Amino acid sequence: MVKNEKKSTMQALAPALIDLAELHDDIVLLEADSGVATGGSEFRSSFPEKYYNVGMAEQNLILTAAGFALTGRRVFVASFSSFLVGRAYDHIRSSVAIPSLPLKIIGTNGGVTEGESGAVYQMLEDISLMRALPNIAVVVPSDYCSAYRLIRSAGEYDKPIYIRLGSFPVPQVYTTTDDDFAPGGGRLLVEGTGVTICACGIMVHEALKAADILSQQELSVEVIDCYGIKPLPSRVILASVRRTGCCVVAEEHTCRGGLGEAVASLVSRSYPVPVKFVSVEDRFGQSGTPEELQEYYGLTGSEVVSAAVQAWTMRRR
Amino acid sequence: MIEPENEKKLKLIAATVRKDVVRMTGLARAGSVASSLSVVDILTFLYWSEMHVFPEDPGNPLRDRFILSKGHGCPALYSILAHRGFFSRDELWNYCKLGAMLQGNPESGHTPGIDASSGSCGTGLGIAAGMSLSLMNAEGNPRVYCLSGDGELQEGVVWESVLFAAHYGLGNLVLVIDENGFQMDGEVEDIMSLRPLDAKFSSFGWNVFRADGHDYSSLAEAFSKASGKDSSPSVLICRTVFGKGVSFIEKAGKSGNEVILSRGKVDSALMEISEATERQGGM
Repeated sequence: MVKNEKKSTMQALAPALIDLAELHDDIVLLEADSGVATGGSEFRSSFPEKYYNVGMAEQNLILTAAGFALTGRRVFVASFSSFLVGRAYDHIRSSVAIPSLPLKIIGTNGGVTEGESGAVYQMLEDISLMRALPNIAVVVPSDYCSAYRLIRSAGEYDKPIYIRLGSFPVPQVYTTTDDDFAPGGGRLLVEGTGVTICACGIMVHEALKAADILSQQELSVEVIDCYGIKPLPSRVILASVRRTGCCVVAEEHTCRGGLGEAVASLVSRSYPVPVKFVSVEDRFGQSGTPEELQEYYGLTGSEVVSAAVQAWTMRRR
Repeated sequence: MIEPENEKKLKLIAATVRKDVVRMTGLARAGSVASSLSVVDILTFLYWSEMHVFPEDPGNPLRDRFILSKGHGCPALYSILAHRGFFSRDELWNYCKLGAMLQGNPESGHTPGIDASSGSCGTGLGIAAGMSLSLMNAEGNPRVYCLSGDGELQEGVVWESVLFAAHYGLGNLVLVIDENGFQMDGEVEDIMSLRPLDAKFSSFGWNVFRADGHDYSSLAEAFSKASGKDSSPSVLICRTVFGKGVSFIEKAGKSGNEVILSRGKVDSALMEISEATERQGGM
Protein backbone atom coordinates (compact mmCIF):
# COMPACT_ATOMS: atom_id res chain seq x y z
CA MET A 1 0.00 0.00 0.00
CA VAL A 2 1.32 3.46 -0.85
CA LYS A 3 1.78 6.03 1.89
CA ASN A 4 -0.44 8.71 0.46
CA GLU A 5 -3.36 6.41 -0.32
CA LYS A 6 -6.10 7.51 2.01
CA LYS A 7 -8.27 4.92 3.74
CA SER A 8 -10.18 4.92 7.00
CA THR A 9 -9.43 2.40 9.75
CA MET A 10 -13.03 1.20 9.42
CA GLN A 11 -12.29 0.05 5.88
CA ALA A 12 -10.03 -2.63 7.36
CA LEU A 13 -12.85 -4.33 9.27
CA ALA A 14 -14.41 -6.41 6.51
CA PRO A 15 -11.13 -7.53 4.85
CA ALA A 16 -9.63 -8.52 8.21
CA LEU A 17 -12.72 -10.45 9.25
CA ILE A 18 -13.02 -12.16 5.88
CA ASP A 19 -9.39 -13.27 6.11
CA LEU A 20 -9.92 -14.44 9.68
CA ALA A 21 -13.05 -16.37 8.71
CA GLU A 22 -11.09 -18.17 6.02
CA LEU A 23 -8.67 -19.32 8.71
CA HIS A 24 -11.14 -20.01 11.51
CA ASP A 25 -14.49 -21.63 11.01
CA ASP A 26 -15.73 -20.46 14.41
CA ILE A 27 -15.75 -16.70 13.63
CA VAL A 28 -19.07 -14.87 13.85
CA LEU A 29 -19.91 -11.20 13.47
CA LEU A 30 -22.95 -9.79 15.23
CA GLU A 31 -24.20 -6.30 14.49
CA ALA A 32 -27.05 -4.03 15.48
CA ASP A 33 -28.34 -2.88 12.10
CA SER A 34 -25.15 -1.03 11.30
CA GLY A 35 -23.58 -3.25 8.63
CA VAL A 36 -23.85 -0.65 5.89
CA ALA A 37 -21.92 1.85 8.00
CA THR A 38 -19.34 -0.47 9.57
CA GLY A 39 -18.53 -2.58 6.53
CA GLY A 40 -20.10 -5.62 8.17
CA SER A 41 -22.37 -6.04 5.13
CA GLU A 42 -19.31 -6.85 3.05
CA PHE A 43 -18.44 -9.62 5.49
CA ARG A 44 -22.05 -10.83 5.38
CA SER A 45 -21.84 -11.11 1.57
CA SER A 46 -18.82 -13.40 1.90
CA PHE A 47 -19.97 -15.37 4.95
CA PRO A 48 -23.75 -15.03 5.34
CA GLU A 49 -23.85 -18.01 7.73
CA LYS A 50 -21.42 -16.29 10.09
CA TYR A 51 -23.26 -12.99 10.30
CA TYR A 52 -26.22 -12.04 12.51
CA ASN A 53 -28.10 -8.78 12.67
CA VAL A 54 -29.85 -8.36 16.02
CA GLY A 55 -31.74 -5.26 14.95
CA MET A 56 -31.40 -1.87 16.57
CA ALA A 57 -30.61 -3.28 19.98
CA GLU A 58 -27.07 -2.69 21.19
CA GLN A 59 -27.76 -4.04 24.66
CA ASN A 60 -29.01 -7.35 23.31
CA LEU A 61 -26.13 -7.31 20.82
CA ILE A 62 -23.62 -7.56 23.66
CA LEU A 63 -25.65 -10.15 25.56
CA THR A 64 -26.22 -12.46 22.60
CA ALA A 65 -22.57 -12.06 21.63
CA ALA A 66 -21.62 -13.08 25.18
CA GLY A 67 -23.86 -16.14 24.74
CA PHE A 68 -22.10 -17.04 21.48
CA ALA A 69 -18.70 -16.57 23.13
CA LEU A 70 -19.72 -18.87 25.99
CA THR A 71 -20.25 -21.65 23.46
CA GLY A 72 -16.61 -21.30 22.41
CA ARG A 73 -17.01 -19.24 19.22
CA ARG A 74 -14.72 -16.35 18.22
CA VAL A 75 -17.17 -13.49 18.37
CA PHE A 76 -16.89 -9.98 16.97
CA VAL A 77 -19.47 -7.26 17.48
CA ALA A 78 -19.38 -3.98 15.63
CA SER A 79 -21.48 -0.85 15.87
CA PHE A 80 -21.28 2.89 16.27
CA SER A 81 -18.99 3.43 19.26
CA SER A 82 -21.35 5.96 20.81
CA PHE A 83 -24.21 3.47 21.08
CA LEU A 84 -22.23 0.29 21.49
CA VAL A 85 -20.18 1.56 24.41
CA GLY A 86 -22.65 4.10 25.72
CA ARG A 87 -25.89 2.17 25.63
CA ALA A 88 -24.55 -1.28 26.37
CA TYR A 89 -21.98 -0.31 29.00
CA ASP A 90 -23.50 -2.29 31.86
CA HIS A 91 -23.68 -5.40 29.67
CA ILE A 92 -20.06 -4.98 28.60
CA ARG A 93 -19.13 -4.62 32.26
CA SER A 94 -21.31 -7.34 33.79
CA SER A 95 -21.51 -9.94 31.05
CA VAL A 96 -18.16 -9.52 29.27
CA ALA A 97 -15.53 -7.80 31.45
CA ILE A 98 -16.28 -9.43 34.80
CA PRO A 99 -16.22 -12.98 33.38
CA SER A 100 -13.41 -11.89 30.99
CA LEU A 101 -15.11 -13.36 27.92
CA PRO A 102 -12.89 -13.06 24.85
CA LEU A 103 -15.36 -10.89 22.97
CA LYS A 104 -14.01 -8.59 20.31
CA ILE A 105 -15.84 -5.26 20.49
CA ILE A 106 -15.38 -2.96 17.51
CA GLY A 107 -16.54 0.61 18.08
CA THR A 108 -16.83 2.43 14.77
CA ASN A 109 -17.22 6.07 13.74
CA GLY A 110 -15.22 7.22 16.75
CA GLY A 111 -14.28 10.84 17.34
CA VAL A 112 -15.30 14.22 15.93
CA THR A 113 -14.18 13.25 12.41
CA GLU A 114 -17.36 11.17 12.27
CA GLY A 115 -18.53 14.48 10.90
CA GLU A 116 -21.94 15.76 10.01
CA SER A 117 -24.09 13.71 12.40
CA GLY A 118 -23.08 15.84 15.36
CA ALA A 119 -22.44 15.29 19.05
CA VAL A 120 -24.63 12.20 19.54
CA TYR A 121 -22.63 10.20 17.01
CA GLN A 122 -19.21 11.72 17.69
CA MET A 123 -18.02 9.44 20.48
CA LEU A 124 -15.28 11.13 22.49
CA GLU A 125 -15.62 9.21 25.75
CA ASP A 126 -15.31 5.57 24.67
CA ILE A 127 -11.65 5.17 25.54
CA SER A 128 -12.08 6.42 29.09
CA LEU A 129 -15.18 4.28 29.61
CA MET A 130 -13.49 1.15 28.34
CA ARG A 131 -10.17 1.87 30.02
CA ALA A 132 -11.93 1.94 33.36
CA LEU A 133 -13.01 -1.69 33.04
CA PRO A 134 -10.63 -4.36 34.33
CA ASN A 135 -9.80 -7.26 31.96
CA ILE A 136 -10.49 -5.39 28.70
CA ALA A 137 -7.69 -4.40 26.33
CA VAL A 138 -8.17 -1.13 24.43
CA VAL A 139 -6.54 -0.30 21.10
CA VAL A 140 -6.85 2.62 18.67
CA PRO A 141 -5.14 2.00 15.33
CA SER A 142 -3.86 4.88 13.22
CA ASP A 143 -4.22 3.55 9.69
CA TYR A 144 -5.59 0.80 7.50
CA CYS A 145 -2.68 -1.63 7.84
CA SER A 146 -2.41 -1.43 11.62
CA ALA A 147 -6.20 -1.64 11.95
CA TYR A 148 -6.18 -4.75 9.77
CA ARG A 149 -3.45 -6.38 11.87
CA LEU A 150 -5.05 -5.46 15.18
CA ILE A 151 -8.37 -6.95 14.10
CA ARG A 152 -6.53 -10.08 13.01
CA SER A 153 -4.72 -10.17 16.38
CA ALA A 154 -8.01 -9.77 18.21
CA GLY A 155 -9.16 -13.01 16.58
CA GLU A 156 -6.41 -14.81 18.49
CA TYR A 157 -6.71 -12.82 21.72
CA ASP A 158 -8.07 -14.72 24.72
CA LYS A 159 -9.49 -11.75 26.64
CA PRO A 160 -12.04 -9.07 25.84
CA ILE A 161 -10.77 -6.32 23.57
CA TYR A 162 -12.14 -2.98 22.42
CA ILE A 163 -10.95 -1.62 19.07
CA ARG A 164 -11.86 1.92 18.18
CA LEU A 165 -12.10 2.61 14.45
CA GLY A 166 -12.78 5.82 12.59
CA SER A 167 -14.55 6.72 9.37
CA PHE A 168 -12.16 9.50 8.31
CA PRO A 169 -9.77 8.53 5.48
CA VAL A 170 -6.14 9.04 6.47
CA PRO A 171 -2.82 8.36 4.72
CA GLN A 172 -0.84 5.24 5.58
CA VAL A 173 1.67 5.12 8.41
CA TYR A 174 2.53 1.53 7.57
CA THR A 175 2.67 0.15 4.08
CA THR A 176 2.24 -3.54 4.75
CA THR A 177 -0.35 -5.65 6.52
CA ASP A 178 2.34 -8.22 7.35
CA ASP A 179 3.71 -6.49 10.47
CA ASP A 180 2.78 -7.67 13.93
CA PHE A 181 0.46 -5.48 15.94
CA ALA A 182 -0.90 -6.73 19.22
CA PRO A 183 -2.77 -5.29 22.21
CA GLY A 184 -0.42 -3.39 24.47
CA GLY A 185 1.92 -2.42 21.67
CA GLY A 186 3.37 0.86 20.46
CA ARG A 187 5.73 1.80 17.63
CA LEU A 188 8.49 4.35 17.70
CA LEU A 189 7.96 6.01 14.31
CA VAL A 190 10.38 8.92 14.55
CA GLU A 191 13.48 9.02 16.74
CA GLY A 192 14.58 12.23 18.40
CA THR A 193 15.94 13.74 21.58
CA GLY A 194 13.86 16.82 22.41
CA VAL A 195 10.22 15.83 23.00
CA THR A 196 8.28 12.56 23.19
CA ILE A 197 4.99 12.67 21.29
CA CYS A 198 2.57 9.84 22.05
CA ALA A 199 -0.41 9.71 19.72
CA CYS A 200 -3.15 7.34 18.65
CA GLY A 201 -5.66 7.17 15.79
CA ILE A 202 -5.77 10.12 13.42
CA MET A 203 -3.50 12.12 15.71
CA VAL A 204 -0.53 9.95 14.74
CA HIS A 205 -0.68 11.66 11.34
CA GLU A 206 -0.82 15.07 12.99
CA ALA A 207 2.13 14.13 15.20
CA LEU A 208 4.14 13.15 12.12
CA LYS A 209 3.29 16.50 10.48
CA ALA A 210 4.40 18.23 13.68
CA ALA A 211 7.66 16.27 13.72
CA ASP A 212 8.44 17.52 10.21
CA ILE A 213 7.74 21.13 11.16
CA LEU A 214 9.72 20.86 14.39
CA SER A 215 12.70 19.30 12.67
CA GLN A 216 12.83 22.39 10.43
CA GLN A 217 12.95 24.40 13.68
CA GLU A 218 15.78 22.16 14.85
CA LEU A 219 13.74 20.52 17.56
CA SER A 220 14.09 16.80 17.18
CA VAL A 221 11.10 14.87 18.52
CA GLU A 222 10.16 11.25 18.97
CA VAL A 223 6.78 10.08 17.70
CA ILE A 224 5.24 6.97 19.20
CA ASP A 225 2.18 5.38 17.62
CA CYS A 226 0.59 4.47 20.91
CA TYR A 227 -2.12 2.21 19.50
CA GLY A 228 -2.13 0.18 22.71
CA ILE A 229 -4.05 2.27 25.22
CA LYS A 230 -4.58 -0.49 27.73
CA PRO A 231 -2.23 -2.04 28.40
CA LEU A 232 0.06 0.85 27.50
CA PRO A 233 3.40 0.26 25.77
CA SER A 234 5.02 1.43 29.00
CA ARG A 235 8.60 0.46 28.19
CA VAL A 236 8.59 2.32 24.87
CA ILE A 237 7.09 5.42 26.47
CA LEU A 238 9.35 5.45 29.54
CA ALA A 239 12.48 4.81 27.48
CA SER A 240 11.53 7.77 25.32
CA VAL A 241 10.74 10.23 28.13
CA ARG A 242 14.02 9.29 29.80
CA ARG A 243 15.72 10.48 26.62
CA THR A 244 13.63 13.61 26.08
CA GLY A 245 12.49 14.71 29.55
CA CYS A 246 9.03 15.83 28.37
CA CYS A 247 5.95 14.52 26.62
CA VAL A 248 2.98 15.52 24.47
CA VAL A 249 -0.02 13.23 24.15
CA ALA A 250 -2.36 13.68 21.19
CA GLU A 251 -5.71 11.92 20.80
CA GLU A 252 -9.11 12.41 19.20
CA HIS A 253 -10.90 11.99 22.50
CA THR A 254 -12.00 13.97 25.51
CA CYS A 255 -9.14 15.11 27.73
CA ARG A 256 -10.78 13.11 30.52
CA GLY A 257 -9.55 9.58 30.99
CA GLY A 258 -8.10 8.75 27.59
CA LEU A 259 -4.56 8.14 26.35
CA GLY A 260 -3.43 11.49 27.77
CA GLU A 261 -4.31 10.66 31.34
CA ALA A 262 -3.04 7.11 30.90
CA VAL A 263 0.40 8.36 29.83
CA ALA A 264 0.41 11.11 32.49
CA SER A 265 -0.37 8.51 35.13
CA LEU A 266 2.41 6.25 33.90
CA VAL A 267 5.12 8.91 33.83
CA SER A 268 4.04 10.53 37.10
CA ARG A 269 4.53 7.19 38.85
CA SER A 270 7.68 6.05 37.08
CA TYR A 271 9.61 9.04 35.74
CA PRO A 272 7.85 12.38 36.28
CA VAL A 273 8.20 14.79 33.36
CA PRO A 274 6.00 17.66 32.11
CA VAL A 275 3.13 16.37 29.94
CA LYS A 276 1.05 18.50 27.54
CA PHE A 277 -2.21 17.37 26.01
CA VAL A 278 -3.70 17.79 22.55
CA SER A 279 -7.23 16.49 22.85
CA VAL A 280 -10.82 17.69 22.98
CA GLU A 281 -11.45 19.88 26.00
CA ASP A 282 -14.25 18.79 28.33
CA ARG A 283 -17.07 19.22 25.81
CA PHE A 284 -19.07 17.48 23.10
CA GLY A 285 -18.74 17.63 19.34
CA GLN A 286 -21.06 19.25 16.81
CA SER A 287 -21.93 19.00 13.13
CA GLY A 288 -19.40 20.00 10.51
CA THR A 289 -17.02 18.44 8.02
CA PRO A 290 -14.30 16.25 9.52
CA GLU A 291 -11.65 18.78 8.46
CA GLU A 292 -13.53 21.72 9.98
CA LEU A 293 -14.08 19.83 13.21
CA GLN A 294 -10.47 18.77 13.46
CA GLU A 295 -9.45 22.41 13.13
CA TYR A 296 -12.16 23.71 15.47
CA TYR A 297 -11.33 21.23 18.24
CA GLY A 298 -7.60 21.80 17.90
CA LEU A 299 -6.72 18.32 16.71
CA THR A 300 -4.05 19.45 14.28
CA GLY A 301 -0.35 19.23 13.67
CA SER A 302 0.09 22.91 14.51
CA GLU A 303 -1.47 22.31 17.95
CA VAL A 304 0.97 19.44 18.46
CA VAL A 305 3.84 21.75 17.45
CA SER A 306 2.82 24.37 19.95
CA ALA A 307 2.34 21.79 22.74
CA ALA A 308 5.73 20.27 21.94
CA VAL A 309 7.50 23.61 22.15
CA GLN A 310 5.83 24.34 25.50
CA ALA A 311 6.71 20.90 26.83
CA TRP A 312 10.32 21.31 25.70
CA THR A 313 10.74 24.60 27.55
CA MET A 314 9.62 22.89 30.76
CA ARG A 315 11.46 19.63 30.18
CA ARG A 316 13.16 17.71 32.95
CA ARG A 317 16.88 18.32 32.71
CA MET B 1 -47.23 -36.74 35.06
CA ILE B 2 -44.48 -37.73 37.40
CA GLU B 3 -43.94 -41.05 39.13
CA PRO B 4 -44.78 -40.89 42.87
CA GLU B 5 -41.37 -42.28 43.80
CA ASN B 6 -39.64 -39.65 41.70
CA GLU B 7 -41.78 -36.92 43.17
CA LYS B 8 -40.90 -38.09 46.68
CA LYS B 9 -37.22 -38.03 45.78
CA LEU B 10 -37.46 -34.51 44.36
CA LYS B 11 -39.25 -33.27 47.48
CA LEU B 12 -36.53 -34.69 49.69
CA ILE B 13 -33.83 -33.00 47.60
CA ALA B 14 -35.73 -29.72 47.66
CA ALA B 15 -36.05 -29.88 51.45
CA THR B 16 -32.29 -30.39 51.76
CA VAL B 17 -31.64 -27.51 49.38
CA ARG B 18 -34.00 -25.25 51.34
CA LYS B 19 -32.09 -26.08 54.50
CA ASP B 20 -28.82 -25.28 52.74
CA VAL B 21 -30.20 -21.94 51.60
CA VAL B 22 -31.18 -21.09 55.17
CA ARG B 23 -27.77 -22.15 56.51
CA MET B 24 -25.81 -20.36 53.76
CA THR B 25 -27.64 -17.07 54.00
CA GLY B 26 -27.59 -17.29 57.80
CA LEU B 27 -23.83 -17.84 57.87
CA ALA B 28 -23.20 -15.10 55.32
CA ARG B 29 -25.74 -12.78 56.97
CA ALA B 30 -26.94 -12.24 53.42
CA GLY B 31 -30.34 -11.30 52.04
CA SER B 32 -32.34 -12.67 49.11
CA VAL B 33 -33.54 -15.62 51.19
CA ALA B 34 -37.14 -15.38 50.00
CA SER B 35 -36.11 -15.07 46.38
CA SER B 36 -33.86 -18.11 46.69
CA LEU B 37 -36.52 -20.22 48.37
CA SER B 38 -39.08 -19.48 45.67
CA VAL B 39 -36.96 -21.15 42.95
CA VAL B 40 -35.88 -24.30 44.82
CA ASP B 41 -38.51 -26.62 43.33
CA ILE B 42 -38.00 -25.32 39.79
CA LEU B 43 -34.24 -25.83 40.07
CA THR B 44 -34.66 -29.27 41.64
CA PHE B 45 -36.89 -30.34 38.78
CA LEU B 46 -34.52 -28.90 36.16
CA TYR B 47 -31.38 -30.55 37.54
CA TRP B 48 -32.86 -33.95 38.40
CA SER B 49 -35.61 -34.44 35.84
CA GLU B 50 -35.15 -32.14 32.88
CA MET B 51 -31.63 -31.09 31.92
CA HIS B 52 -28.72 -33.17 30.67
CA VAL B 53 -25.72 -32.18 32.73
CA PHE B 54 -22.29 -33.70 33.33
CA PRO B 55 -21.13 -32.88 36.88
CA GLU B 56 -17.84 -34.74 36.35
CA ASP B 57 -17.24 -32.81 33.13
CA PRO B 58 -19.03 -29.46 33.61
CA GLY B 59 -17.88 -28.04 30.26
CA ASN B 60 -19.05 -31.01 28.20
CA PRO B 61 -20.30 -29.50 24.93
CA LEU B 62 -23.25 -31.88 24.85
CA ARG B 63 -24.70 -30.46 28.08
CA ASP B 64 -27.86 -28.43 28.29
CA ARG B 65 -27.06 -24.89 29.42
CA PHE B 66 -28.58 -23.06 32.37
CA ILE B 67 -28.50 -19.35 33.10
CA LEU B 68 -29.83 -17.96 36.36
CA SER B 69 -30.87 -14.51 35.21
CA LYS B 70 -32.07 -13.70 38.71
CA GLY B 71 -28.52 -14.02 40.00
CA HIS B 72 -29.52 -13.09 43.54
CA GLY B 73 -31.24 -16.48 43.81
CA CYS B 74 -27.84 -18.18 43.58
CA PRO B 75 -27.79 -19.74 47.07
CA ALA B 76 -30.41 -22.20 45.80
CA LEU B 77 -28.46 -22.88 42.60
CA TYR B 78 -25.19 -23.37 44.47
CA SER B 79 -26.77 -25.93 46.77
CA ILE B 80 -28.31 -27.72 43.78
CA LEU B 81 -24.95 -27.83 42.00
CA ALA B 82 -23.21 -29.16 45.12
CA HIS B 83 -25.81 -31.90 45.59
CA ARG B 84 -25.62 -32.76 41.90
CA GLY B 85 -21.86 -33.26 42.31
CA PHE B 86 -20.36 -30.21 40.58
CA PHE B 87 -18.33 -29.28 43.66
CA SER B 88 -17.99 -30.06 47.34
CA ARG B 89 -20.88 -29.13 49.61
CA ASP B 90 -18.30 -27.61 51.97
CA GLU B 91 -18.02 -24.68 49.55
CA LEU B 92 -21.57 -23.65 50.49
CA TRP B 93 -20.52 -22.49 53.92
CA ASN B 94 -18.10 -19.96 52.43
CA TYR B 95 -20.78 -18.35 50.27
CA CYS B 96 -20.11 -14.58 49.95
CA LYS B 97 -16.95 -14.79 52.03
CA LEU B 98 -13.85 -12.93 50.82
CA GLY B 99 -12.02 -15.07 48.27
CA ALA B 100 -14.77 -17.69 48.13
CA MET B 101 -15.61 -19.65 45.01
CA LEU B 102 -19.30 -18.93 45.55
CA GLN B 103 -19.81 -15.24 44.87
CA GLY B 104 -22.91 -13.21 45.71
CA ASN B 105 -23.96 -13.50 42.09
CA PRO B 106 -22.98 -16.34 39.74
CA GLU B 107 -19.72 -16.00 37.84
CA SER B 108 -18.79 -18.25 34.95
CA GLY B 109 -15.20 -19.43 34.96
CA HIS B 110 -15.28 -19.15 38.74
CA THR B 111 -17.67 -21.91 39.73
CA PRO B 112 -18.12 -25.32 38.04
CA GLY B 113 -21.61 -25.62 36.59
CA ILE B 114 -22.19 -21.88 36.14
CA ASP B 115 -22.65 -21.44 32.40
CA ALA B 116 -22.85 -17.62 32.42
CA SER B 117 -22.26 -14.74 34.76
CA SER B 118 -25.40 -12.93 35.83
CA GLY B 119 -26.71 -10.55 38.42
CA SER B 120 -27.38 -7.42 36.43
CA CYS B 121 -31.14 -7.83 36.13
CA GLY B 122 -32.60 -8.75 32.78
CA THR B 123 -29.36 -9.91 31.19
CA GLY B 124 -29.75 -13.68 31.38
CA LEU B 125 -32.22 -14.06 28.55
CA GLY B 126 -30.03 -12.29 25.98
CA ILE B 127 -27.06 -14.48 26.88
CA ALA B 128 -29.27 -17.57 26.75
CA ALA B 129 -30.62 -16.50 23.36
CA GLY B 130 -27.10 -16.05 21.98
CA MET B 131 -26.15 -19.50 23.27
CA SER B 132 -29.31 -21.01 21.77
CA LEU B 133 -28.59 -19.57 18.34
CA SER B 134 -24.96 -20.64 18.48
CA LEU B 135 -25.98 -24.18 19.53
CA MET B 136 -28.90 -24.46 17.10
CA ASN B 137 -27.42 -27.29 15.05
CA ALA B 138 -24.79 -28.44 17.52
CA GLU B 139 -24.12 -32.11 18.22
CA GLY B 140 -26.57 -33.54 20.72
CA ASN B 141 -29.01 -30.65 20.24
CA PRO B 142 -28.32 -29.03 23.60
CA ARG B 143 -31.13 -26.95 25.03
CA VAL B 144 -30.77 -23.68 26.87
CA TYR B 145 -32.77 -22.88 29.99
CA CYS B 146 -32.94 -19.44 31.56
CA LEU B 147 -34.58 -18.78 34.92
CA SER B 148 -35.72 -15.21 35.36
CA GLY B 149 -37.52 -13.34 38.10
CA ASP B 150 -40.75 -11.53 37.28
CA GLY B 151 -39.62 -8.06 38.42
CA GLU B 152 -36.57 -8.11 36.16
CA LEU B 153 -38.87 -8.37 33.14
CA GLN B 154 -39.27 -4.61 33.58
CA GLU B 155 -35.76 -4.19 32.16
CA GLY B 156 -36.00 -3.01 28.56
CA VAL B 157 -33.27 -5.30 27.27
CA VAL B 158 -35.41 -8.33 28.13
CA TRP B 159 -37.81 -7.37 25.37
CA GLU B 160 -34.99 -6.90 22.88
CA SER B 161 -34.04 -10.48 23.70
CA VAL B 162 -37.65 -11.67 23.50
CA LEU B 163 -37.89 -10.22 19.97
CA PHE B 164 -34.56 -11.77 19.01
CA ALA B 165 -35.46 -15.27 20.24
CA ALA B 166 -38.70 -15.31 18.25
CA HIS B 167 -37.10 -13.81 15.13
CA TYR B 168 -34.38 -16.44 15.03
CA GLY B 169 -36.80 -19.29 15.84
CA LEU B 170 -35.02 -20.47 18.96
CA GLY B 171 -37.01 -23.62 19.61
CA ASN B 172 -34.15 -24.87 21.81
CA LEU B 173 -34.66 -22.04 24.32
CA VAL B 174 -36.86 -22.22 27.41
CA LEU B 175 -37.37 -19.20 29.61
CA VAL B 176 -38.71 -20.06 33.06
CA ILE B 177 -40.22 -17.19 34.99
CA ASP B 178 -40.29 -17.34 38.77
CA GLU B 179 -43.50 -15.38 39.25
CA ASN B 180 -43.28 -14.76 42.98
CA GLY B 181 -44.89 -11.34 42.63
CA PHE B 182 -42.27 -9.34 44.52
CA GLN B 183 -39.37 -7.08 43.68
CA MET B 184 -37.08 -4.96 45.84
CA ASP B 185 -39.49 -2.15 46.67
CA GLY B 186 -42.70 -4.13 46.89
CA GLU B 187 -45.21 -5.98 44.72
CA VAL B 188 -44.57 -6.19 41.00
CA GLU B 189 -48.20 -5.44 40.33
CA ASP B 190 -48.01 -2.13 42.24
CA ILE B 191 -44.60 -0.99 41.01
CA MET B 192 -44.84 -1.73 37.29
CA SER B 193 -47.47 -4.21 36.24
CA LEU B 194 -46.48 -6.87 33.73
CA ARG B 195 -50.05 -7.85 32.94
CA PRO B 196 -51.05 -9.48 30.71
CA LEU B 197 -47.75 -11.35 30.78
CA ASP B 198 -48.95 -14.44 28.89
CA ALA B 199 -50.41 -12.30 26.11
CA LYS B 200 -47.24 -10.23 25.87
CA PHE B 201 -45.12 -13.31 25.22
CA SER B 202 -47.62 -14.96 22.86
CA SER B 203 -47.94 -11.75 20.85
CA PHE B 204 -44.13 -11.77 20.50
CA GLY B 205 -44.35 -15.26 18.96
CA TRP B 206 -43.46 -17.41 21.96
CA ASN B 207 -45.11 -20.63 23.16
CA VAL B 208 -46.53 -19.82 26.58
CA PHE B 209 -47.14 -22.37 29.33
CA ARG B 210 -48.07 -22.00 32.96
CA ALA B 211 -47.17 -24.14 35.93
CA ASP B 212 -47.30 -24.22 39.70
CA GLY B 213 -43.64 -23.68 40.54
CA HIS B 214 -43.88 -25.88 43.64
CA ASP B 215 -45.82 -28.80 42.12
CA TYR B 216 -43.64 -31.36 40.34
CA SER B 217 -46.51 -32.83 38.33
CA SER B 218 -47.40 -29.40 37.08
CA LEU B 219 -43.76 -28.64 36.24
CA ALA B 220 -43.35 -32.00 34.49
CA GLU B 221 -46.38 -31.37 32.32
CA ALA B 222 -45.33 -27.84 31.39
CA PHE B 223 -41.72 -28.78 30.60
CA SER B 224 -42.86 -31.69 28.44
CA LYS B 225 -44.98 -29.27 26.40
CA ALA B 226 -42.04 -26.90 26.03
CA SER B 227 -39.88 -29.64 24.58
CA GLY B 228 -38.78 -27.69 21.53
CA LYS B 229 -40.79 -29.50 18.89
CA ASP B 230 -41.31 -26.34 16.88
CA SER B 231 -39.18 -23.36 16.00
CA SER B 232 -40.58 -20.98 18.58
CA PRO B 233 -39.00 -20.30 21.95
CA SER B 234 -41.03 -21.30 25.00
CA VAL B 235 -41.75 -19.54 28.23
CA LEU B 236 -42.96 -21.28 31.38
CA ILE B 237 -44.55 -18.86 33.78
CA CYS B 238 -44.34 -20.52 37.18
CA ARG B 239 -46.45 -19.15 39.99
CA THR B 240 -44.36 -19.37 43.14
CA VAL B 241 -44.44 -18.30 46.78
CA PHE B 242 -41.83 -15.79 47.94
CA GLY B 243 -39.97 -17.51 50.76
CA LYS B 244 -41.62 -20.88 50.09
CA GLY B 245 -41.20 -23.40 52.87
CA VAL B 246 -40.38 -21.07 55.77
CA SER B 247 -43.55 -19.55 57.17
CA PHE B 248 -42.05 -16.46 58.83
CA ILE B 249 -40.30 -15.54 55.57
CA GLU B 250 -43.45 -16.19 53.56
CA LYS B 251 -45.36 -13.96 55.98
CA ALA B 252 -42.77 -11.18 55.64
CA GLY B 253 -44.15 -10.62 52.14
CA LYS B 254 -42.29 -7.88 50.36
CA SER B 255 -39.70 -7.78 53.16
CA GLY B 256 -38.83 -11.44 52.64
CA ASN B 257 -35.56 -10.68 50.89
CA GLU B 258 -34.49 -8.33 53.64
CA VAL B 259 -34.76 -10.98 56.33
CA ILE B 260 -31.35 -11.60 57.86
CA LEU B 261 -31.38 -14.94 59.59
CA SER B 262 -30.10 -14.90 63.15
CA ARG B 263 -29.03 -18.21 64.68
CA GLY B 264 -32.46 -18.53 66.31
CA LYS B 265 -34.22 -17.92 63.03
CA VAL B 266 -31.94 -20.37 61.22
CA ASP B 267 -32.88 -22.99 63.83
CA SER B 268 -36.60 -22.42 63.59
CA ALA B 269 -36.49 -22.38 59.77
CA LEU B 270 -34.53 -25.66 59.69
CA MET B 271 -37.00 -27.18 62.19
CA GLU B 272 -39.98 -26.16 60.10
CA ILE B 273 -38.51 -27.59 56.88
CA SER B 274 -37.65 -30.87 58.64
CA GLU B 275 -41.09 -31.17 60.21
CA ALA B 276 -42.79 -30.51 56.87
CA THR B 277 -40.69 -33.22 55.26
CA GLU B 278 -41.53 -35.68 58.06
CA ARG B 279 -45.23 -34.95 57.67
CA GLN B 280 -44.89 -35.89 54.03
CA GLY B 281 -43.34 -39.17 55.17
CA GLY B 282 -39.95 -38.27 53.81
CA MET B 283 -37.42 -38.42 56.61
